Amino acid sequence: MDYLWAFLVGGGICVIGQILLDVAKLTPAHVLSIFVVSGAVLDGFSLYDKLIKFAGAGATVPITSFGHSLLHGAMEQAQDHGFIGVSIGIFQLTSAGIASAILFGFLVAVFFKPKG
Amino acid sequence: MSNKFDKQNYKNTVKSYQPKPNLFLNCIKAFIIGGLICVIGQALTDFYINVFGYSEKDAASPTAATLILISALLTGLGIYDKLAQFAGAGSAVPITGFANAITSAALEHKSEGYVLGVGGNMFKLAGSVIVYGTVSAYIVGIIRYLITQ
Repeated sequence: MDYLWAFLVGGGICVIGQILLDVAKLTPAHVLSIFVVSGAVLDGFSLYDKLIKFAGAGATVPITSFGHSLLHGAMEQAQDHGFIGVSIGIFQLTSAGIASAILFGFLVAVFFKPKG
Repeated sequence: MSNKFDKQNYKNTVKSYQPKPNLFLNCIKAFIIGGLICVIGQALTDFYINVFGYSEKDAASPTAATLILISALLTGLGIYDKLAQFAGAGSAVPITGFANAITSAALEHKSEGYVLGVGGNMFKLAGSVIVYGTVSAYIVGIIRYLITQ
């Protein structure tokens, strides 16, 4: 059941992105930026956690969860350190994603040749 | 004659020559590929929970890192870009699309050198995601902090 909901919700989020691309004629960068902001805003109302509980990776794999993780890290530290905590915690949960994207992106650029 | 191609008419004139995207078919493709990437993510999450004993929350980080590694390798092999042509948003919206944006920008500018090319252009496409994510998380975070105090 987990897998079915992950498929349906994850696929559904991608369909929203495809509609924004085709109908609203936005560039992929605009679509992804909108998704990240909506993830943060939805998490501001504590709605994104409910989606994750329901859909698992269907909600954590799309880029919307990046905005959600940024805010989550910020709020965790804000409880202990106040306003400064927002700055301390903002990359806490997304660190693994950003760090590995930089590292693997760099290594691939070193060892592979550009195609096409 | 000259009026026909003025600014107002330009969009309408050009429109008839542009290929019409097949919205329904594109959405089906995006749905299937995007859904499948999330299913792979779910399988990885379960793997990290059951084999390495991560909690459900902590498993998100290694899952994201593994997906990013797979995506970076597929980008290097030129496979992810072919997938992206087929799937559209289905391969761009998951975190793998973020890794693809970083890796392909780094690869593309490799010829300009490792510092100015790879280092300087790595976030050319993915930078906006980090910028707007961080700014919006700051704003929402501070508002929420003020409200809950």
